[in-house]
Amino acid sequence: MTRGLRAALSRNLGLLLAVGLFAALYGLYSAQHPRGGSAALLVQNSNESFALILAAMAQTVPVLTGGLDLSVGPLMTLVNCLASRVLSGGPVELAFGILACLAAGTLGGLVNGCLVVYGRMQPIIATLATGAVYIGIALFLRPTPGGAVNADLSAMLTYDLAETAAVLGVFDGGQAAWFQPFAPIPVPLLLVLAVLLFVWVPFRGTEMGRGCYAVGSSEGSAYLSGIDVDRSRLAAYTLAGLFAAMAGLYLALQTGTGNADAPQAGAYTLNSIAAVVIGGTSLFGGSGGVVGSLFGALVLRSISFNFRVFDEASWLGALADPLLQPLFEGMVLLIAVSLGAARALRIRNRLQLFG
Amino acid sequence: MTDATAPLLELRDVSKSYGGVHALRNVDFAGRAGSIHAVLGENGAGKSTLMKIVSGVIRPDTGEMRLDGRPVAFASPREAVAAGVVCVFQELSLVPDLSVADNICITDPPRRFGLIDRRAQRRVAAALLDRVGCPGLDPRTRVKDLPLAQRQLVEIAKALGRNPRVLVVDEGASALSGAELARVFAVLREVRDGGALVIYISHRMNEIRELADRCSVFRNGRHVETFDAHTRGHDDIIRMMIGREMTGVFPAKPAAPRDYPPAIRVDHLSWDDRLRDIGFTIGKGEIVGLGGLDGQGQRELLLALFGVLRGVEGTVAIDGRPRRIDGPAAAKAPDIAMALIPEDRKTEGLVLAMSVADNIALSSLGGHGGGILIDRARLESDVESMVRSLQIKVGDVNRAVATLSGGNQQKVVLAKWLMTKPRILLLNDPTRGIDVGTKQEIYALLRRLADEGVAILLFSTDLAELIGCCDRVLVLYRGGIARELAGDDITEMNILGSAFDVALTGSPGPARAAGAEVRP
Repeated sequence: MTRGLRAALSRNLGLLLAVGLFAALYGLYSAQHPRGGSAALLVQNSNESFALILAAMAQTVPVLTGGLDLSVGPLMTLVNCLASRVLSGGPVELAFGILACLAAGTLGGLVNGCLVVYGRMQPIIATLATGAVYIGIALFLRPTPGGAVNADLSAMLTYDLAETAAVLGVFDGGQAAWFQPFAPIPVPLLLVLAVLLFVWVPFRGTEMGRGCYAVGSSEGSAYLSGIDVDRSRLAAYTLAGLFAAMAGLYLALQTGTGNADAPQAGAYTLNSIAAVVIGGTSLFGGSGGVVGSLFGALVLRSISFNFRVFDEASWLGALADPLLQPLFEGMVLLIAVSLGAARALRIRNRLQLFG
Repeated sequence: MTDATAPLLELRDVSKSYGGVHALRNVDFAGRAGSIHAVLGENGAGKSTLMKIVSGVIRPDTGEMRLDGRPVAFASPREAVAAGVVCVFQELSLVPDLSVADNICITDPPRRFGLIDRRAQRRVAAALLDRVGCPGLDPRTRVKDLPLAQRQLVEIAKALGRNPRVLVVDEGASALSGAELARVFAVLREVRDGGALVIYISHRMNEIRELADRCSVFRNGRHVETFDAHTRGHDDIIRMMIGREMTGVFPAKPAAPRDYPPAIRVDHLSWDDRLRDIGFTIGKGEIVGLGGLDGQGQRELLLALFGVLRGVEGTVAIDGRPRRIDGPAAAKAPDIAMALIPEDRKTEGLVLAMSVADNIALSSLGGHGGGILIDRARLESDVESMVRSLQIKVGDVNRAVATLSGGNQQKVVLAKWLMTKPRILLLNDPTRGIDVGTKQEIYALLRRLADEGVAILLFSTDLAELIGCCDRVLVLYRGGIARELAGDDITEMNILGSAFDVALTGSPGPARAAGAEVRP
């Protein structure tokens, strides 16, 4: 058992590192914050993190196959703008609206996959191009920021369980005594768990999901083994599209509007790649996973949280300048990448370094 | 089956060529159910191409394949596996980042509620590992953490798990020996006795003698003969594999063996488990050949000498002084002056998009004039004289090197390294895929360089070349020197005999490769 445990530890070193880094950074933040550790703060922080977490999850799957998806941010933005148009009306209309948003994102991912698999394009180029197209469509849907997302739906999914119960009018509007221990749980936290449990875990457990790892680890071996390489790759980009759609949808619920903001889309894409790397997924493909990226995203967010609360008078005063934030994020990323690159030290045939 | 002698797998008139080079020409092959069928041939005989066709990796240009008398055409290994044709690949089809269990059950895993049942998968894997004699291996181990021998066992277990009707083992047991090998043989016999056809390719003649019921010999992409094992001796079989004429394309060798002052002396060189305790010297003006079948450590030896490999043990002495060579830059420095003509001229030898002149100058940019800037005029005249002396057929040296023929490209690679004025020249199969005329020029060039005092180590997959060019030949087998041949002992029979590690009648038995039999 200890051997299995050690193997599991070494396999998940990147993940553990991200978890540790997050714990340290968020701990520091909570200690500095006047309301540190309070439920309200937790709700606020999880709200601010959820969209990036989903974007990082979206990025993870293509990266596992040895690819990259530069259209994660733009696709999010597209779905965000679509949501600002369709998320209104009664419950039935809202349900259809949500489905339409998810379908649009999935379709976008499928298009990426088709270009990579059947168009034989480099993933970077294919998704760079489709990313521009998706931003274009987003601008067409929403030339200027605006729109109105159903406020009840927004309230239901972006606060805590008490709010959800109040909106739905269940458990005495959230006032039932037995419900009180659960009331402060942030809804985004539950949504993350739901996505992991009902999307990622089943996907990993299919031949297609394992195929993604196999293709990223050694495409030749995967092909010789009889894996349907094309289908796995297609599935990876499609699932990325679905995750990006969830991210865009959540962004719409959170902001209540649609905004075809190209710089923001680019920032989401780049941060998603950074989160994937910090979370221990290899950019060469084949190892890592969505859970690592989740913590990678949390690490990035925790850094920015900290810059809000650094007190100039404290021992961390030197860091109080918010202009230092990109520098700090960059350093964390560099450390994560260096640890990933340590494999170069173990290679015995130097020609393999270039292979 | 209605007819016990009808072949289970049959190929008729199959041909395959790569860019004008025929890998297989009009090959017929038939294998019966319930037999172990060995496929033999020297390097480039077409064995692996044939097996790739059988297992769906490549498609033949012409000809047809029949399974159970029905024509089949596999578009991918998937389809072959679905039809019961499973291959244990030489280059291994295991995914390094997945666990042993994941790899064994990679297609069609046991399922629960539609998802992969990891526990059942581990059970299946453990049972199969037990069967191939690897019971202690934890199925959760990642494949990339396993040594080669265990990977081969996993690969075999994976193939067995697919219930093959035709099982192809293409050098799939090359890292095994002793008890492991005996266990694998027993399993292969079980598979045969279960009514399957086992096609076995190996470079070890003794294994084939022990295992095979039938043998097919291939040569130069053609099928030579199929016969019942035990009806032919080693000598016969090796003669079938050679069967070609020597031509007078080689320059004359020095009449009598001379005493060459040593240029490089290698002692106890080892690396990983790929090179074992290698020792030899090359004299100034001597051409030493490196022979043996593919993948016996020849390429690694050249890379080790050139400083590309890390963790090489043993000593290398240049001109009598021990040296540490830790990279190509150190190797080509004037005090060592070593050059390596690499294996693949397209990726390691040339920058294809650059001009002929720039390629030739690439390795010796420091040597043209003393200043920081490159002395263009002197460089150009050096390049011109090199182009003339090697007779590189190029109208304008400023054309991209990609536009030249293969033979001329290889001459550019040679020219590039000759510009560094090497005293020790290592060559990795320099004439592969080159026309005869250019080959002849390269042979003459090598002899001329030797006469000027350059020490040459020539690895070649072409037997005739080793015989025609070399003053001495080292035959490698499993990472060690199996035999050293000199003078009139350099014959095809001797080289192939040592390469297959068999004792031939009328010739002294080859020394066993150091450590070959003491693997754990």
